[in-house]
Amino acid sequence: MISTLLLALALLSGLTTPAAAQSAAPSPSPEIVKAMAEVASSDAAVQEAAAVALGKTGDRKILPLLEALREGSVYVRTLPGGKKETVIVGDKVNEGDKTLVPLFSAYGRQPIQGADGKQVLADLTKLEEVSTGRSLRIVLRPLIDAYSGQTQLGDPDWTVRQAAAVKMGNNGDPGALPALTETLAKEKDRWVRYALEEAIALIHLKSGTPPERVIAATRLGALGSSDGAERLREVAATSDSPPDLKEAAAASVKRIERWGLLTQGIQVAFQGVSLSSILLLMALGLAIIFGLMGVINMAHGELMALGAYTTFVTQGWFQGHAPNAFEYYFLVALPLSFLVAGAAGFVLERGVIRFLYGRPLETLLLTWGISLMIQQGLRLWFGAANVDVISPKWLSGGVPVMVGIQLPYNRLFIIGLAAVAVAAMYLLLFKTDAGLRIRAVTQNRGMAACLGVRSRRVDALTFAFGAGLAGIAGCALTQIGNVGPELGQNYIVDSFMVVVTGGVGKLLGTILAALGIGGLNKIIEPGLGAVFGKVAILVAVIVFIQRRPSGLFAAKGRYADS
Amino acid sequence: MQDLSRRNFLKTSAAVGLGAAAGISFPAVLRAQSSGTVKVGVLHSLSGTMAISEVSLRDVCMMAFEEINAKGGVMGKKIEPVVVDPASNWDLFAEKAKQLLLQDKVAVTFGCWTSVSRKSVLPVFENNEGLLFYPVQYEGEECSKAVFYTGATPNQQLIPAAEYLMSKEGGGYKKFYLLGTDYVFPRTANKILRAFLLAKGVPADNIAEEYTPFNHQDYQTIVGKIKRFASGGGACVLSTINGDSNVPFYKEFANQGLRSENAPIMAFSVAEDELRGMDTSALVGHLAAWNYYQSVDTPQNKRFIQNFKNYCEKNKLPGGSKRVTDDPMEAAYFGVYVWKQAVEKAKSFDVAAVRKAVYGQKFLAPGGEIKMHDYNHHTWKPVLIGEILKDGQFKIVSRSKGLVEPEPWSKYTSPDKGCDWVKHQGTYQKS
Amino acid sequence: MWTRERWVLLAGAVLLVVVLPALNTLPQGSPFRVSNFTLNLFGKFLTYAILALGIDLIWGYTGVLSLGHGVFFGLGAYAMGMHLMLEIGAKGVYQNVLPDFMVWNRVTELPLFWKPFYSAAFTLFAVVVVPGLVALVFGFLTFRSRIRGVYFSIITQALALCAWLTFNRNAMNLGGTNGLSGFKTMFGFPLNEPATQRGLYVVTALCLCGAYLLCRYIVHTPAGKVLVAIRDSETRVLFCGYSPAAFKLFVFTVSACLAGVAGALYVGQVGIITPARIGVLPSIEMIIWVAVGGRGTLMGPVVGAFGVNWLQSILTTHYPDLWILVLGGLFVGVVLFFPEGLVGTTQKLLARFAGSSKPVSTPPAPAPRPSPLRKEEHEVAP
Repeated sequence: MISTLLLALALLSGLTTPAAAQSAAPSPSPEIVKAMAEVASSDAAVQEAAAVALGKTGDRKILPLLEALREGSVYVRTLPGGKKETVIVGDKVNEGDKTLVPLFSAYGRQPIQGADGKQVLADLTKLEEVSTGRSLRIVLRPLIDAYSGQTQLGDPDWTVRQAAAVKMGNNGDPGALPALTETLAKEKDRWVRYALEEAIALIHLKSGTPPERVIAATRLGALGSSDGAERLREVAATSDSPPDLKEAAAASVKRIERWGLLTQGIQVAFQGVSLSSILLLMALGLAIIFGLMGVINMAHGELMALGAYTTFVTQGWFQGHAPNAFEYYFLVALPLSFLVAGAAGFVLERGVIRFLYGRPLETLLLTWGISLMIQQGLRLWFGAANVDVISPKWLSGGVPVMVGIQLPYNRLFIIGLAAVAVAAMYLLLFKTDAGLRIRAVTQNRGMAACLGVRSRRVDALTFAFGAGLAGIAGCALTQIGNVGPELGQNYIVDSFMVVVTGGVGKLLGTILAALGIGGLNKIIEPGLGAVFGKVAILVAVIVFIQRRPSGLFAAKGRYADS
Repeated sequence: MQDLSRRNFLKTSAAVGLGAAAGISFPAVLRAQSSGTVKVGVLHSLSGTMAISEVSLRDVCMMAFEEINAKGGVMGKKIEPVVVDPASNWDLFAEKAKQLLLQDKVAVTFGCWTSVSRKSVLPVFENNEGLLFYPVQYEGEECSKAVFYTGATPNQQLIPAAEYLMSKEGGGYKKFYLLGTDYVFPRTANKILRAFLLAKGVPADNIAEEYTPFNHQDYQTIVGKIKRFASGGGACVLSTINGDSNVPFYKEFANQGLRSENAPIMAFSVAEDELRGMDTSALVGHLAAWNYYQSVDTPQNKRFIQNFKNYCEKNKLPGGSKRVTDDPMEAAYFGVYVWKQAVEKAKSFDVAAVRKAVYGQKFLAPGGEIKMHDYNHHTWKPVLIGEILKDGQFKIVSRSKGLVEPEPWSKYTSPDKGCDWVKHQGTYQKS
Repeated sequence: MWTRERWVLLAGAVLLVVVLPALNTLPQGSPFRVSNFTLNLFGKFLTYAILALGIDLIWGYTGVLSLGHGVFFGLGAYAMGMHLMLEIGAKGVYQNVLPDFMVWNRVTELPLFWKPFYSAAFTLFAVVVVPGLVALVFGFLTFRSRIRGVYFSIITQALALCAWLTFNRNAMNLGGTNGLSGFKTMFGFPLNEPATQRGLYVVTALCLCGAYLLCRYIVHTPAGKVLVAIRDSETRVLFCGYSPAAFKLFVFTVSACLAGVAGALYVGQVGIITPARIGVLPSIEMIIWVAVGGRGTLMGPVVGAFGVNWLQSILTTHYPDLWILVLGGLFVGVVLFFPEGLVGTTQKLLARFAGSSKPVSTPPAPAPRPSPLRKEEHEVAP
């Protein structure tokens, strides 16, 4: 174990030589060639010695071989003439009933060209497999880690650099210090710098000199490092640490804990806002339809599912016809979902729902039946299984805003989308003629008709608009949840709760209800757990409705039977 | 109020009479079966929440029947499948089971997925001398005379996975976050895992346990907890999250910045079929433990996969040639063949005879040879740890040496119990 | 007064209660034999019919659409189920006095609320009273606040969801998602004996007759007229000096008790009760039985419960992919084309042909199309 660590140290220090020396000759040195041949031996001890020797060379091009060894994709091929060559194989290709594999060279994993200039595809059965036992893998691991860590520290993607630094810090291997310090000197990204500093401090804490350890302990506190908190606690607890170290550690732990409380609070707030935005998106369409038209639409969830499946189909189209623009499929899917769901809503309204105005309980049952049919239709067409909707890169991952908090992009997007939707709704209803007509028909259909408003058409368009909003919600939901025929069922009751709590016909009520329910849910959840949190919310809504039967903002005015 | 007009009572008596007549004629209609065939039942949900998983089992069973029939059937009789749809409805499972056994008089049934469905049909099978082949990994603690369990018991899945994670090769993890959906399998699985971990010296503080309801979508809080638990490194997640909830869980995990290197998730309910419907980019690098993967490299597996893809394409099943195979499907498949072999050995379709003939049966399953246990109704299976790849397949990173003996009663939680139908009457107390 | 109609109704009851079970006792192979499976299936349908009767009372006659009756059904079923679990005693898988699911949940002692269920008398009492009490409390709070129409329906849906979530929790010690199952005996009679199942069937059929008579009685009293009035226009009833809340509460409670009884009978015949029976979807399905059969007629729900469930049995056997489409189609069809349901529509048609002078009292007529000259928005009558 020590020897492998020392080796790791050696090769790391070897690897930190500047890039100039790194433009190594394209062909491997004789020691490497010998080691590459020996690594294919059937004797495990010989293999291990060869692997160690390879590690000692400091040549980064042997990393692919080490990785392939660990993976089990190293083989030996017999060249015409009897010579044996160690090769790395790629992914299998099925040709008829033969399995062929592309061949790569062991040094640097370059494709081996055949006489025709194309990569050689060899029959797997004609190659000798190189077996890697468990002990060899154990030997390989620190070697690979050292190499890949170093490589990763130079990766252009900041998340890879950050992850490498974190891993090195957690390993606590002092051999990584030179690489870390060197990278820190050149690093510009704020979060990678943080990770590097944290890693250096952690390593110092574990194996530095006593004054170094004290400095490291204080530094970890200043950084607010939660990874460090565990170690610091241990240090503060062990009796044989020097007193100044213990003090520094204890102080740092306190500081980190305070920071932790702060971040947790912000975390909960964000989660609450995120959940509220999702509820709002779902409930907005429903609020329009129910609030403005008095129609209970139990098929709302299925309209969302239609939007989600539209996104899936759009993704498929982009994959097939425009793979280069794949990252933009989502932007195309959004308006498409609106249109598809809106069209479905229009057909629904014209076809069946308009016969049932004034009979909310019947529309409830009718739309429930329609929802079942849409569900089964989706199941028959797309299959009962969930379908996968790949998140575009710009929606994956998150942005770290402070230490310990990373806000996922997809949730930020949904918050933004919900805000835009509300704004658009407001503008539509209150600043346009169409909106004026909608409000007129809602308040007094008869009078509006007398004044020349085509109430039937307004109804259809309003319903379609609400359905379109549901489609957008479905499209957005594909980024956080599953897409399957059952998508609608998961969300329908929540949507209704929001609408009913908010008060029928009032947009502001819906918004406040969504915020309230979402926020309350997230505050309760850490304490009560997910299920009882949900139950508590439902009970709270039921009790709230008892107090204010018409919701937060009751519709005012004369109504025949309220 | 309804006046009892003449019309109304005519209607009533007609309805009642119709019902009675139908009830009487029902069995007669169904009794008309040809004698050159043998009826077998397929009891999987084809609609509802479980359809996602169970439809593939029905498909693979039908394919097995087709293969067997093409080679002449079982003892010269062609298999006539009776496929019913309990629609993910546990009471319907019991009803359909009764129908299969009492009306259709099937010789054997291949079915069930969730423990609820199995428990609801168990009394039916036990009271009516029925035979059920159950292909899904489960929590153990059951030992029914009427059932042959071709899926993994906890010691064939959970324990080897935990051992792997604790080992140096697996990463030497020291902290374990046990996360599951709230039902019997995760509860029992975590009970066993906890006992195992404690027995191996893991301090109780390093084990956390948490449950979420079915269809839970919002994992923000839980991932936050995992993050805090995992700070300091050395932590892994043992996940028995079921079905739909996996997607939001993995997505949230990745989006909050956790990676498979610093806190890998070892899943026990995620297989190729589930990955088909997920965006796998967030899952790459995470692990699973099964007894079979589609990527297992044997000639019979290649044939199995090709046949299945062809079958799906030929019958225009959704997914066509993109369909995948996974552990429960392989277990369902070899269950059919084990039954066939047992019938041929016993030279009879009679349940009691077939049952005795199943003990000790060997079969070259797609994943390798398996063996039916000599007395506890379970199956000897290999254990494979796999790492998720981008294309939804698994890279096998560790495998057990040979077949692992099934322990329906885990030696960590019930060391005093055993399961034996040859020398005892099922579950018995070891003295 | 024994009119011909009542004779035939009696004949129907005799057929159900006496003839069918008797045919079940015939030896195997006899052409008239009603198989155990069929009798058992019919028994299940009869419990659904009892449930549907209760729903008809509250919805068909009073106009209150409750989407949460699964909760009351479940409460009755669980009450009986708990007693049956305790009856298993030490014959379960773990050979422990505690129910199996408690053993794998690492519970060491029987929770307090389980203990009274050892007694059969208490169980029978609980089967009726617990759902009734819940309905009473819930109804009191809701009706008193004048929550009506669509709001009430959504609130009951929330209640169903709540109940489903709660019962699914293992921490509740009610079996979690697995529910209660594995029963061996019921009040001492072994459950897998055909004789016991036959007996259960007879009891169920008798209960159905009893429920029917009870509902008929309620509906024929002046209170019944008030119920119909509430359905037609609650505000006017209020202004006539009645308290609609009190009437609604009464009927709601009665329907919940009927649902509880139905649940208890169901458990013995099906052998399992899980939270899946309690949630949002099953509760809506119950509504469709009543709607298809014909609400506001008492025979309608019975016919509907039988017919729809039987259709489900057939379709899921032979055309599994079709069943949900058909169910959805039933919802749509019943609302758009047959609002009176099978029984109601048949009645109307026959009455029209026969030109019968007997007043055929109507189930709720569909509300008139909104006339442009009247403000109908937010009209909450069904």
